[in-house]
Amino acid sequence: MFWNKDIETIGRKALEDLQLKKLSKALKDAASTPFYNKVFKDNKVNVDRITSLDHLKDLPLTSKADLRLSYPDGMVAVPRREIVRMHASSGTTGKSTVIFYTAKDIAEWADLIARSMVATGTTPDDVFQNMMGYGLFTGGLGLHYGAERLGCMVIPSSSGNSLKQIQLMQDFKTSVIHITPSYALHLAEVVAGQGVRPPDLGVKKAYLGAEPYSEETRNKLEEQWGLDAYNSYGLSEMNGPGVAFECEKKSGMHLWEDFYLFEIIDPDTCERLPDGEEGELVITHINREAMPIIRYRTRDLTRVIPEPCPCGRTHRRIERIKGRTDDMLIVGGVNVFPSQIESVLMKVPEVGNNYQIVLDRHENLDRLHVRVELYSKMFSGDMKELNRLKERLSEELRALITVNPRIELLEPGSLPPSTGKAVRVIDNRKI
Amino acid sequence: MPKQISIFAENKPGKIEKIAGILGDNGINMRAITISDSGDYGIIKILVDKPVDGCNALKAAGVAATLKDIVAVRIDDSPGGLHKASSVLAKNDINVDDAYGFTIRGGNEAVFVFQVKDVIKTEKILVEAGFGVVGDQELYLL
Repeated sequence: MFWNKDIETIGRKALEDLQLKKLSKALKDAASTPFYNKVFKDNKVNVDRITSLDHLKDLPLTSKADLRLSYPDGMVAVPRREIVRMHASSGTTGKSTVIFYTAKDIAEWADLIARSMVATGTTPDDVFQNMMGYGLFTGGLGLHYGAERLGCMVIPSSSGNSLKQIQLMQDFKTSVIHITPSYALHLAEVVAGQGVRPPDLGVKKAYLGAEPYSEETRNKLEEQWGLDAYNSYGLSEMNGPGVAFECEKKSGMHLWEDFYLFEIIDPDTCERLPDGEEGELVITHINREAMPIIRYRTRDLTRVIPEPCPCGRTHRRIERIKGRTDDMLIVGGVNVFPSQIESVLMKVPEVGNNYQIVLDRHENLDRLHVRVELYSKMFSGDMKELNRLKERLSEELRALITVNPRIELLEPGSLPPSTGKAVRVIDNRKI
Repeated sequence: MPKQISIFAENKPGKIEKIAGILGDNGINMRAITISDSGDYGIIKILVDKPVDGCNALKAAGVAATLKDIVAVRIDDSPGGLHKASSVLAKNDINVDDAYGFTIRGGNEAVFVFQVKDVIKTEKILVEAGFGVVGDQELYLL
C-alpha cells in the first residue's frame, strides 16, 4: 500500500534531481540565517557553487552544540509571522534546542507521517492511540497530525496513566498504538496484572520509537502483545518522528530521501563511510522552510542497507539505531552498548521486561551491574534454578560484550517503571 | 499432598515484614517458616493453614510466590527421632533438597518437612517403612 506511489517509488536519477533542487533552496534559505551566514563565511562556502549532491560532503557539519549556540532563533530563515509552531527537546544539560515550523512545514511533515503509516498498512479504518508525550516533545503531536492526515481516528492519550490507556484500548477498540518500547514492555505487565491477556485487547500494530531498542525486544513485544511492531525513527532537529519508518517488510527503515539527505560518517574522523558500514548518521533537512539544517550530526549509530527493499520503495533503508555515539559505555576499556545487554535480557523468559545497568568503580576496576526483575510466572521456588539463571545471564552477556557482569536478580516491580523514555543506565563511576 | 509457599525475596530489610503483613491481613496463619539465602536473594518458605489463599494473596500484591509440593513426615520428638526417618531416605537413595522441622504442640511428636524430586515415591517409601506421612489438610490444621 502506498500513500504517494510516484514519490515513494521514484527512480534514483529523478530523486537526485529533486534532491539537488531542494538542497539548493535549503542552502540559500540557510545562508539567510545569522548562524549559517557566519558558518558559510568562516568556511568560505559559496552556496551558488553547490551544483552537485557530491558537494555536500565539503560543507561543514552542524552539531547539537550549534543549535544551542543559536538559541533561540539564530537558524530561522523566515519572518516570525510565518512561523506557526515550535518544538523543543528536553534540555537536560544546558539550554534546550528549539525547532520552528511554518504552516507548510507542518502540513508536509504530517503528509510524510501519513506516508509512513500507510507503508505499514494502516488505513482510515484504524483507531490510533498515541501514547507519546504531547507538548514540546515532537513524538506526540508529530504522529497525531500524520494520523489525522491519513484519516485514522486518533486517541490523543499521551504517555503514562496505564489503567486509563488500557480502558481506552478496550472501549474504543484501538488497533494501532504509538509508544516507546520501554513503556510498551511495562504496559504489557500492567495489562497482565489486570488479568487480561494483552493480545485480547486486539491491538494490531505498534509504532516503536524515541529510544534505541533491540530486535529481541521487538520480538518479545510482538509475542506479548500479539501484534506487528514497526520501527520508527526521528529526531526533533529533523522535525520529529517520520524521518525513517519501516514498511510492511519490517526489515530496516526507509529514510525519506525526498525530505532528507543522509550520510554515514566515522564519528571520530568525520569522513564519509562506504555504504553498509556502521557509523554516525548525518542528515540534511531539505524540506523545511522555517529552519533548514545542513549536515546535522544525529549522534545515532546505524548503517545503510544498500539492497533494494522488496516493497518497491526506492528510498534507501537504514538499520535500527544501535545506540548513540554518546550512550556507548566504556567498561574497563571495552565498548559496550546498552542495546547489546538488552538483546540478551529480552531472550530470557525468566526475567521481566524492566532492567537497569549500573556502573561503579571498585578498587579502580569498573564493575558492570545488570539489575533484572524475576518474572513471577516463571518462579518455581527452586534456589538452584535461580542460581543457574543468574549464571546463564552472566555467561551470555560475557560472551557478547566480553565484560563480566554482576547480575542482580530483583523482586518483580522493584525497578522504577518507564512511562516514557526509560532511564536504563546509571553511571556511578567517579572519574 | 501438602504444599508450602515459596517466595522469592531480595536480601534486604523489611522483606519478612511485608510478607507477614500480607498473610496476616488475609487471615492466613503460619505453621513454620524458613529462609534459604544465597547472598543477594533468598527463598522464604512458609507452611500456612491455607496455602492456596495465601499464595494468591501474595501474588496479588506483586510478590513472586509459588506453591511447592513437600513431604511432611511424623517423627518422634526424642533423641534419634530424625535419624530413623532419614536412614530410610538414605537407604533408598533419596536426596533431601531443603528441609526444616517443627514440634507439635502438646505432643511428643515432631514433623520433618522437606523437598525432594519425587514426592509421591518418597511418601510411599516412608509409609512402607511405617512412618506417618502427614496429608495436606492434616498438616495445615496441626
